[in-house]
Amino acid sequence: MNQVLDVLSWVLLSCGGFFILVGGIGALRMPSFYTRMHAASVTDTMASFLVIGGLILQAGWSLATVKLVAIILFLMLTSPTSSYAVANAALLSGMKPDTKFKANKGGRES
Amino acid sequence: MTILFAVFLLSLLVIIAVAIIRAENLFVALMLTTIFSLLMATNFFILDAADVALTEAAIGAGITTVIFLGALALTSEHEKPFVAVPWLALPVVAVTAALLIFASFDNPRLGDPEAPIHQHVVPWYLEQTPKLVDIPNVVTAILGSFRAFDTLGEVFVIFAACIGVLFLLSARKPSETRCTAPASVGLSQHLIPKVAGRFILPFIILFGFYVQFHGDFGPGGGFQAGAIVATGLILFALLEGEERALRAFPRWIMMAMAAGGALLYALVGVAGIAMGGKFLDYSVLSSDPIAGQHLGILLIEAGVGITVCGSLLLIFHAFAARESF
Repeated sequence: MNQVLDVLSWVLLSCGGFFILVGGIGALRMPSFYTRMHAASVTDTMASFLVIGGLILQAGWSLATVKLVAIILFLMLTSPTSSYAVANAALLSGMKPDTKFKANKGGRES
Repeated sequence: MTILFAVFLLSLLVIIAVAIIRAENLFVALMLTTIFSLLMATNFFILDAADVALTEAAIGAGITTVIFLGALALTSEHEKPFVAVPWLALPVVAVTAALLIFASFDNPRLGDPEAPIHQHVVPWYLEQTPKLVDIPNVVTAILGSFRAFDTLGEVFVIFAACIGVLFLLSARKPSETRCTAPASVGLSQHLIPKVAGRFILPFIILFGFYVQFHGDFGPGGGFQAGAIVATGLILFALLEGEERALRAFPRWIMMAMAAGGALLYALVGVAGIAMGGKFLDYSVLSSDPIAGQHLGILLIEAGVGITVCGSLLLIFHAFAARESF
């Protein structure tokens, strides 16, 4: 049983690490502000949930688990909100989403 | 492993420090400063200084950023172009850096039990805290009781800094005609931050009180708690707008808090004299010396928290009430 939990937690931790890496690469390489933010917000939500989930499996039934669950709940509320706030602020300050790719495609089709 | 992690964090700190110097956009520099503070807090935590880490995270990364953002809203986003080359600064910085690096060779190894810090008064504190004060967190015992006079000084420094900022910022009276400015509406038009913020707000305040009253047993205390509660109330001001925040929590309450907390601290000291002890000697406050110590630390931590919270709120509202130039 312990072995299974250990393997499961490491799978979760590795997946979390993978998503952090993907988010980092995306934040550097994506073409426009909104796509970069989309990539970065993956790190905020998906990756941190996976990492903390893995840590919960490592911690077992203890006080640490309660604290980690509290952290997950807090992140669940704050991370998407902050992503929204950043994107919203960008939109309000006049940064238009880059629709060049879509427009080009539509142009070719019609 | 810990050393590896610490070295990684320290090199990140150097990189971020260079990036802060190179950044020309002040907003970027501010965000980098926040990251610097968070990394510093992690570093303190690795060194087992949980109290300092909590303070750095709450004040350095949290509330300083908000106050700087308030200041940035008043000025422009870009650094002034710097024309004159400061030739004098180069040798001064070089000599100071060389001295500091030279001095660091004399530093004891990290965690060395023979280091002077572990030989001086620390063994006495560790030995006497269970006997004289009887609280688990020795840091709180040192700051609140053994060296209460220093902490009193710190509280008055914060109080004085708050008064100084208020003097500087309210030199001109805010004009009466700015009720429709966007800042006074807050985020009330934005549903998602408003809902999430309202949901989180009570928990932030609750956590602040937890840090305040749990300071005897774990990391925490008045400074951190005051900053956390102030952050919660600033969040309220950001969500609901300046006007509603000031109606819910008027300025005179903040002023009374900033002055009253420091006064409470000093009065606890005077009460010690009045009851036959020395200034800030809590043992005489109750018939049992240890209960007296507990009471004294509770009261002065409350004083510290109240002053810090009131001062930070006053500074924030002083920035928010100011018209931009």
